[in-house]
Amino acid sequence: MSTTEKVGGKVATYVDDRVGSNRFLGRSLKKVFPDHWSFMLGEIALYSFIVVLLSGVFLTLFYKPSMVEVVYDGSYVPLKGVMMSEAYASTLDISFDVRGGLLIRQMHHWAALLFIAAMAVHMFRVFFTGAFRKPREFNWIIGIALITLGLGAGFSGYSLPDDLLSGTGLQIARGIVQAIPIVGTWGAFLLFDGEFPGTEFISRLYGVHILLIPGLILALITVHLMMVWTQKHTQFPGPGRTNDNVVGYPLMPIYMAKAGGFFFVVFGVITLISGLVTINPIWIFGPYTPDQVSAGSQPDWYIGWLDGALRIFPNIETVLFGYTISWNIFIPAVILPGIVFTVAAFYPFIEAWATGDKRDHNLLDRPRNAPTRTALGVMAITFYFLLFIGGGNDVIAITFDLSINSIIWFLRIGVIVIPPIAFLVTRRICIGLQRKDREKLLHGYESGRILRLPHGEYIEVHEPLPSKERAVLESAIESYRAPLPAPQKVDANGVRNKRYRLDVLRAKLSHWYYADDIKPPTREEIEAGQAHVAHDAALEAPLHEYDEASTVMVPFHGGILHTEGEPMSNKQQLEERGGNL
Amino acid sequence: MKALAARRRNPIVATLLLFVALLGVGGVYAVATSAAPAEAVATADQTAIDEGKRLYLEGCSSCHGLNAQGTATGPTLIGVGAASVHFQVSTGRMPMAAPGAQAPVKPVDYSEADVAAMAAYIASLAPGPAIPTAEQLDYTDADIAEGGVLFRINCAQCHQAAGGGGALTQGKHAPSLMSSSAQEIYEAMLTGPQNMPVFADTTLPVEDKQAIIAYIKDLQEAESPGGIALGRIGPVAEGLFLWAGVIAVFIGIAVWIGIKAR
Repeated sequence: MSTTEKVGGKVATYVDDRVGSNRFLGRSLKKVFPDHWSFMLGEIALYSFIVVLLSGVFLTLFYKPSMVEVVYDGSYVPLKGVMMSEAYASTLDISFDVRGGLLIRQMHHWAALLFIAAMAVHMFRVFFTGAFRKPREFNWIIGIALITLGLGAGFSGYSLPDDLLSGTGLQIARGIVQAIPIVGTWGAFLLFDGEFPGTEFISRLYGVHILLIPGLILALITVHLMMVWTQKHTQFPGPGRTNDNVVGYPLMPIYMAKAGGFFFVVFGVITLISGLVTINPIWIFGPYTPDQVSAGSQPDWYIGWLDGALRIFPNIETVLFGYTISWNIFIPAVILPGIVFTVAAFYPFIEAWATGDKRDHNLLDRPRNAPTRTALGVMAITFYFLLFIGGGNDVIAITFDLSINSIIWFLRIGVIVIPPIAFLVTRRICIGLQRKDREKLLHGYESGRILRLPHGEYIEVHEPLPSKERAVLESAIESYRAPLPAPQKVDANGVRNKRYRLDVLRAKLSHWYYADDIKPPTREEIEAGQAHVAHDAALEAPLHEYDEASTVMVPFHGGILHTEGEPMSNKQQLEERGGNL
Repeated sequence: MKALAARRRNPIVATLLLFVALLGVGGVYAVATSAAPAEAVATADQTAIDEGKRLYLEGCSSCHGLNAQGTATGPTLIGVGAASVHFQVSTGRMPMAAPGAQAPVKPVDYSEADVAAMAAYIASLAPGPAIPTAEQLDYTDADIAEGGVLFRINCAQCHQAAGGGGALTQGKHAPSLMSSSAQEIYEAMLTGPQNMPVFADTTLPVEDKQAIIAYIKDLQEAESPGGIALGRIGPVAEGLFLWAGVIAVFIGIAVWIGIKAR
């Protein structure tokens, strides 16, 4: 035993005697995690959140959440002597007069944008691989809650500097609150303590931004990770991987090193970007006053889709009993996100209901093996992306010399027409890929070699699948869901089905989900198919034997065709292909 | 008439007549003396005006009419002033290459002298805003911070807070100010080209115009304290950079770490 090990052992014993940690650590450090690059996307979110927390603490030391009007007297000349809120003045001070302040501010903002983007990418991975299925539905809901809180954290932070851009955002937020029927006006007065912009809102938002939301996010991240820990991580199909095991490496030392290293990479890249690329140049936008607004005012990217919905929605208002209901704001900015987040949160239950499947799923689906789900995901992303374009319609109009009116009309029609097209195309692509996989499982690879049989027939030689690929393709059997059969009004014993109508709906949904999927071959069929392929390949065997024996250069002999290169013996060809024909 | 006849021998009449006669002689003399140098200048300018008219008939009259009276395809230029001509022609906006939502900036086909001649011709038709003097364009003593406030109140809603330009309805736009000269900015405020409103000296005094020019010039020349500016247009460019750049880099790194383990 080396000295280091001795010292380490002593420290471990010392700690264990007092907190009883050895048993827990002994087990945990050996915990096995499956390996795939896409499993690290959530880590980017986690690490960027840590950067946000650390840089945020620095910013609180200098930021003043006050709307008291002051005269700016800092070192940024183009604003010297201008009246502004203390919040804006202190943000300018952080940017120009606090050592390293601008770097930390930019790190905070870039890391925040990255946090939400990484959460989104992580969510895509979880969705497209079906990782949200039983037993992980609750963790999916926590994930949706985390994204929602992330939007809240981002928007509240965007509003704190009290510059022209953030004030414009707040004014829109207030308009959205006001658009809620009946309670809207009261709600807006409650939040802002009177007329806009008032004198209270920044300090109220500050508490929400630095305490309430980060506290909730931290708590939910903890639960999120604990659930991953106890439920174990899902894995992609592969040789030796089943629904009941986890194939991978232990936490210590492999994942400790990987995750630790990745943390520093994330930290480093964020710092690099923040040192090189400006984000939110509040000094250009100037202090907020309600009588000013800048062209090209945008929210940060994650709110962009809601702003886009607001921008493209037709201008509809109703006057009811002397009260105006602004559908043009209420529907795109309140109803739409409400529906989107609710459907997203409950999606695992909708799909589980359609399948009638109550089993645990620890093995991931390949996206092609769930064509309807994959297509729904692509449809949602397309919808989101179109609204996002709507959020930047003015910037797009001036950049590409287009008419903003044309863009709005394109999007009004496009958000209804294009996502369904994306759905259909994606589903057809998935089904096409399923067909290809089925073909491969039954008939192996097409080798591209044409063989002439003694009686003159030409066949293309197929090759059996490598075991690894075969294991991956065979996962289609596990992923396949047959549509539910049409329900019976009375069962075999003549008892009436009380839930008949619901069951009809369920069968219809199931049919819509799964009727077009390609049924994978059974294991017996695969076995028979691969055996047939091996038989085909065996037809070539005499050729190899002949050539190996003679080593004569007989390039085109026996009907083996080549299209390029120097003539080669079959033995040479064999060597070139690593010994397997 | 009787009343007048009765009073014509009144002693005051002689004094009045004398006064009227003096006024008449003095007035004629004053007109004669002042008209003489004006005519001299006019003859000197006349060549420029004639040259301007020739260029006008050649390049502008098909839309604005043979007498600048305006047609269905172009507005009248009577009274628009020399400043307007200078702004439109020296930035290449006029003559327009093709009808469209708005005249785009393009390479200029005329020399400074040509532009001045056309400006002189249009100015000779009726009085209008003159080309600003060097004194008016001198913004060295202007208050940049005051200019910034005025810019955000009057200009930012179309030209964007950083002067990068912004979209208007139906394909019209407020152009970027990042390469505009002081004279162009001044003339634009004075004459309100395309969709821009006129900021006459009565609404925006000369000192305010100078302050705004000083602020825009500062925006043009200022270094970006935070690094690469991404066009200073804010969240859209930042979001694009994040997704196309940062997320792509991180996925690349994740794949790299994933591959290493095998």
